[in-house]
Amino acid sequence: MTGEGRPRIFLVDDHAVFRSGVRAELGHAVDVIGEADEVDAAVEMINERVPDVVLLDVHLPGGGGEAVLRGVLPRHPEMRFLALSVSDAPEDVIAVIRAGARGYITKTISGEELLAAVERVGAGDAVFSPRLAGFVLDAFAHGGDGRHPPIGLDPELDQLSPREREVLRLIARGYTYKEVARDLTISSKTVESHVSSVLRKLQLSTRHELTKWATDRRLI
Amino acid sequence: MVAGVCGGISAMIGIDVTLVRIGFVLLTLGSGVGVLAYALAWLFVPLDGETTTIFSRAIGDRRGLRLVIALVPLLIVVQIVSTALHIGYLGSFSWPLFIAAGCAILIRRNASGEERVWINDDLIPTLHSGTDQHSRRTLFLRVTVGGALGIAGLVVLLLGHPSSAALRPIGGALLVIAAIVVVFGPWWLTLVRDLIAERQARAMAEERAQMAAHVHDSVLQTLALIQRSADDPRNVVRLARAQERELRSWLFEGRPPGTIGDEATTLSEGIGLIQRQIEADHGITVHVVVVGDCALTDGLRALLDASREATVNAAKWSGAPQVSLYAEVERDVVMLFVRDRGRGFDPGAIPDDRQGIARSIRARMVRFGGSAVVRSSVGDGTEVELSMPRREPPP
Repeated sequence: MTGEGRPRIFLVDDHAVFRSGVRAELGHAVDVIGEADEVDAAVEMINERVPDVVLLDVHLPGGGGEAVLRGVLPRHPEMRFLALSVSDAPEDVIAVIRAGARGYITKTISGEELLAAVERVGAGDAVFSPRLAGFVLDAFAHGGDGRHPPIGLDPELDQLSPREREVLRLIARGYTYKEVARDLTISSKTVESHVSSVLRKLQLSTRHELTKWATDRRLI
Repeated sequence: MVAGVCGGISAMIGIDVTLVRIGFVLLTLGSGVGVLAYALAWLFVPLDGETTTIFSRAIGDRRGLRLVIALVPLLIVVQIVSTALHIGYLGSFSWPLFIAAGCAILIRRNASGEERVWINDDLIPTLHSGTDQHSRRTLFLRVTVGGALGIAGLVVLLLGHPSSAALRPIGGALLVIAAIVVVFGPWWLTLVRDLIAERQARAMAEERAQMAAHVHDSVLQTLALIQRSADDPRNVVRLARAQERELRSWLFEGRPPGTIGDEATTLSEGIGLIQRQIEADHGITVHVVVVGDCALTDGLRALLDASREATVNAAKWSGAPQVSLYAEVERDVVMLFVRDRGRGFDPGAIPDDRQGIARSIRARMVRFGGSAVVRSSVGDGTEVELSMPRREPPP
């Protein structure tokens, strides 16, 4: 974040209506330093202007949100991306998260919640919407039947701990981080660290099932 | 009794319906003429309030008439067999029965409006009830039992006539039947093929009509509603979203819109239906997250009904603009949570009507071996937790 405390954000979305909507809703609390409606322009401008947080549409002409992440993260690994979409397709969402986005929300989110999510991502935490929590539980549920992971994989990365599962479940049920913390009688910080650890597993896991899960979903 | 013929006759000649019915039954048992008379009356007497008889329409139904003619060789076969075996009553019974069968074919194909619907929906299913589910098994059973009966019949016949004298008429009859099959067989086959083609064409036309009806009912109606509420953006968004969701699921998932019933075969489909309905009916947003999926059982249908009840309650009472619905399919159990951040209530001091609702949710779950827990506190929203075992408990 910048010295003034107002996060500088960049919007990547191919719908002009949505971009102006976000500007109107967040304008009072953040600085929107740029917009783009397709992959190449987005990569160029983000690399040049280095915002704190990029709001990234999952579906974009020219390769999708994934392509933007691949074009920016190698040069600016500290850049924070928050993915959003109207799409219900889990495999696209998981793909963007695996490519490096630090959270995912749906576009139906209220302005207030959007601001909170932007701030949280800007502070380096992960933002899990109920839907993303559901996708992750679904993806990690496969192969949870006690089979051993293939040799060479880090078993730590390929499974969710019971506590992480509990946290994700509550988020999927519509609980806020604060409510999760109260329900499990842990601190909000602990909830955040659980969620970040799930995000890390999601991004680093080479789990065969994760790819298979995505492929299965795509085939259906 | 069936088509109201007895009632019509009794009204015409002023005798009690029951007496007319008894008369028909006696005529049927005596010689089979009762069935014939009934069928003919059905065919030739117009319905109350109609001017044309079924017969007048049947004359134009060439395929139907051909079907009736196709019965003639069958009748000949039966006559030959009954003469060969000296079973006179079979011969005399078969005449009226066959003519009645012919009439029945014409009636089914040419009955008008309501009567047709009644025949197709109510009468036909009772005649072959259960064929949909177990058709293969029943067919196998029928063939086996039929074959066994036929063989037993032949054995009894041969034993009844100790001499080989009985073999000759039976052999003769079989030869004539074979001849008839050879002569008329191909014609029967084409007839059957035509009928199947006709049925397929009708099914396609019906599907097209359904599609048109659907587009009219949902899409055009929604567009009209959107035009009318152009000055209320919230309402426009709500209508557009509901329509989009419905259309998407209809086009890409082949899921017909409407109320939940047999069209949902899996848990996630059922939850999707509930979401669409409640969003459309109550103007709130239902956030749905489903982890895993499985086929619906009776218990899971009860779970869906209970979750719908809980979601509608939240929509009506909580005052919250959105409700979260989360379902997770585990190995042995399905858990479902309905949560709102509305005004909540004190479970210790629930008004009677709401307690009734909670009880109906709970009773529904308990009946199938599940359970329901309602957690709520004033100002803090409500959460209903439902769980249902995936296997039905032993009765």
